[in-house]
Amino acid sequence: MSEQTITRADLADALYHELGLSRNESAELVDSVFEEISDALAEGDNVKISSFGSFTLREKKERIGRNPKTGVEVPISPRTVLVFRASHILKERMNEN
Amino acid sequence: MTKSDLIQKIADRNPHLYLRDIEKIVNTIFDEITDALADGNRVELRGFGAFSVKHRDARIGRNPRTGESVQVEAKSMPFFKTGKALRERLNGEDA
Repeated sequence: MSEQTITRADLADALYHELGLSRNESAELVDSVFEEISDALAEGDNVKISSFGSFTLREKKERIGRNPKTGVEVPISPRTVLVFRASHILKERMNEN
Repeated sequence: MTKSDLIQKIADRNPHLYLRDIEKIVNTIFDEITDALADGNRVELRGFGAFSVKHRDARIGRNPRTGESVQVEAKSMPFFKTGKALRERLNGEDA
């Protein structure tokens, strides 16, 4: 089986088939789920989806990086990064063969 | 924010839907992503981020406390890369 890429359209399709919502409403609901998660993160809230995983914000301090091609040192500005940690249920699902 | 908070927020935006249907909608979305990753597929959510599968080979690990060798089996791990729009939003840039 070759590897596929699942997109928002596929998730909307699942709602359309499994819940009998219209295609338009299915697409809007998929968008609103990721919008709400993004809004919470943008407000500095961590997001935990039980049995799936959690999205945690980490604050990175400024550090000195290096352009790997030229070797020139450049400061990397402080930034917020998002880290995803899978729940044990997701990890188990991915390893049950 | 927890999954129940998320369900409540979606419910607030969709007063015409029953709460139990919203629960089913949210669960279906995360179940679909889980199924895709379990099948070794990639999930790309434009603007939000992408989930992919990384494979780790079997290796000999060591218990750091006792120094004992243990066999660690090969496994698949999910990996999330934050999308450009969300990354910029988290850093106060206009997306």
